[in-house]
Amino acid sequence: MSEQSFQVKSDPALWEKLGMDVARFSGMPAMLTQAYRTIFLSQKNRPAAMAYFDGMVENIHTGRIDELMAVKEKGKPVVGTFCVYVPEELIVAAGGACVGLCGGAQGSIADAEKVLPRNICPMVKSAFGFKVGKICPYFQAVDLVYGETTCDAKKKTWELLDRYVPTHVMEIPQMKRERDKRLWLEEVQDFKVAVDRIAGTETGFDEVADAIRTVNAKRAALQRLNSLRHRSPSPISGRDMLLIQQIAFYDEPVRFAGKVNELCDELEKRVKDGVGVVPASTPRILVSGTPMALPNWKLHNIIETSGAVVVNEESCIGTRYYKDLIDEGATTVDQQLERLTERYMKIDCSCFTPNDDRIDQVLKEYRDSGAQGIIDYCLQFCHTYNIEAVKLREACEKHGISFMAIESDYSPDDVGQLKTRVEAFIEQITG
Amino acid sequence: MHVGIDLGSRTVKAVLWQDGAIVRHLVAASGLEPHRQALAFLAEHPSAPGVATGYGRHLLQQHAELGVITEIKAHALGARQRFPHCRTILDVGGQDSKVIRLDRDGRVASFQMNDKCAAGTGRFLEMMSVSMGYGLEEFCRVAGATDQGAPINSMCAVFAESEVVSLKHHGTPPDVIARSVHLAVVGRLAAMVAKEGFGDHLVFSGGVANNATLVSLLERELGVPVLVPPVPSIVGALGAALHAAAR
Repeated sequence: MSEQSFQVKSDPALWEKLGMDVARFSGMPAMLTQAYRTIFLSQKNRPAAMAYFDGMVENIHTGRIDELMAVKEKGKPVVGTFCVYVPEELIVAAGGACVGLCGGAQGSIADAEKVLPRNICPMVKSAFGFKVGKICPYFQAVDLVYGETTCDAKKKTWELLDRYVPTHVMEIPQMKRERDKRLWLEEVQDFKVAVDRIAGTETGFDEVADAIRTVNAKRAALQRLNSLRHRSPSPISGRDMLLIQQIAFYDEPVRFAGKVNELCDELEKRVKDGVGVVPASTPRILVSGTPMALPNWKLHNIIETSGAVVVNEESCIGTRYYKDLIDEGATTVDQQLERLTERYMKIDCSCFTPNDDRIDQVLKEYRDSGAQGIIDYCLQFCHTYNIEAVKLREACEKHGISFMAIESDYSPDDVGQLKTRVEAFIEQITG
Repeated sequence: MHVGIDLGSRTVKAVLWQDGAIVRHLVAASGLEPHRQALAFLAEHPSAPGVATGYGRHLLQQHAELGVITEIKAHALGARQRFPHCRTILDVGGQDSKVIRLDRDGRVASFQMNDKCAAGTGRFLEMMSVSMGYGLEEFCRVAGATDQGAPINSMCAVFAESEVVSLKHHGTPPDVIARSVHLAVVGRLAAMVAKEGFGDHLVFSGGVANNATLVSLLERELGVPVLVPPVPSIVGALGAALHAAAR
């Protein structure tokens, strides 16, 4: 898609109907259009199949919202989530839609700070601000929000968020022992009841089996894409990859998987022909750490405009979301929920202790992706990832891997400093 | 003949390198259009290839035919030229502070920069001296002339200023407050250096290394010699010139 023809669409009538602050929100599409043109469409030699994902961004505040409203009108659940631990399979089984809610923009933080303390995670503040400021159509469209207990800032914010939108909380244990698994399974069972209640019917074995297959297929498509992307020269940029992984959280899963596979077909051809978005000599960076929610493209943009390419995201919006699939061999609903829980227990968020599997996973992805250095990204005030970076640094030192830890938020004021650090890191790995 | 320019947040530095020696250098306030001074220096040596570093490096590149390197690499190169065996460099400039660890061959092994605030930077010292009514040199001198200090806990320039105000109101003598500010900065810098690790000496570069009180307090805190080149502010520009010469 050319830079000029790209335009994030507006639909004030729809936004009005959703109870949004239309006057305030109407400036958003133009800002997003501008940012998207600069960060994405100015890239050279993008795969043609990116056109679909460009279209998803154009329709982010309109077309996709219409689709979600159609789901709702059929009486099916539309559930907002904030974490890869909330099992979307059970929402899909009920015929509903799961939406990973936005929390990646500086613009809504001032809204949040009218209520919340300042010194907490920017993602939590941004998300909360989107709701209180009525400037996120997804937040307005959901029947309820399903939060979890993966961090203190989220856990306590849900109590306040519940005043604006019904907010349920799933308890995610912080250790992975047998007794934790029992608790977890019960939480999954409760979640199924809550989702089924909105739909008004109890989903059975076949619906759950279908949904598991659907979401497995989506995750498998992302696995395929990520392993193609690991090839050198990189057939696709880190920015485009990040975007696709972000879209995975709000798109319709069957269509999305199909489009990802189409892109994979194109990338396979690129790999065969030795075509890349950057020369093979471009320094390759793996980004690990905290999630980058839409439209947080700050670090990727800095890295890729400093002469390097991002070749992997070890992140919730990244491999943590799709590295594991659910075993499809269950023969009863109880077994399905157990297999599902086992899959979710493999996710290696730093909120768990111990969490050494994650260190091994980062090293594995480093090798798989042919990276030459790791930049660990930590959102401000994310204590668990920040502290876990100590162990990650030690592991990197032991294996002779160049490592740099960055702590940042969504504000633009540290971009100059980050650029210096990223450029120096690239100088370091290129010698 | 090669030119190195370091376009920093508070000052512009330039070095002319010829036959293994600095034949000319410039240190000037950045002002509103810092690249103009750098361009004037370049214009005087039109045939010398140049490299830029510092916050304004990309800006300068838009105006002149230059290579760019980061301050990290520039300080590594410059410090090694002055002290061929150094392994750890502390650079404290107007807007940031960094610690750079080199491997045996002088390549950057790792580095650290301060977070996005003025803590432990030249700007912090400047602001504190202004709030005390001292010029920078006098601020350094009175701090060095006493051996008493009071704790200043905050490293945020804004909050530290209110601590200074509160010390003043408690009747703490100005020289003691000045020394306390220095001690607070040294504490911060020493922690950064210790986190990165250091061997049997440390090289200190950047404009803040001109502050003799800070240097001696840092030496005492770390327990190793702190080596400062004759003109510490131009180490980055020197590194840039050396990079130009090596290209």
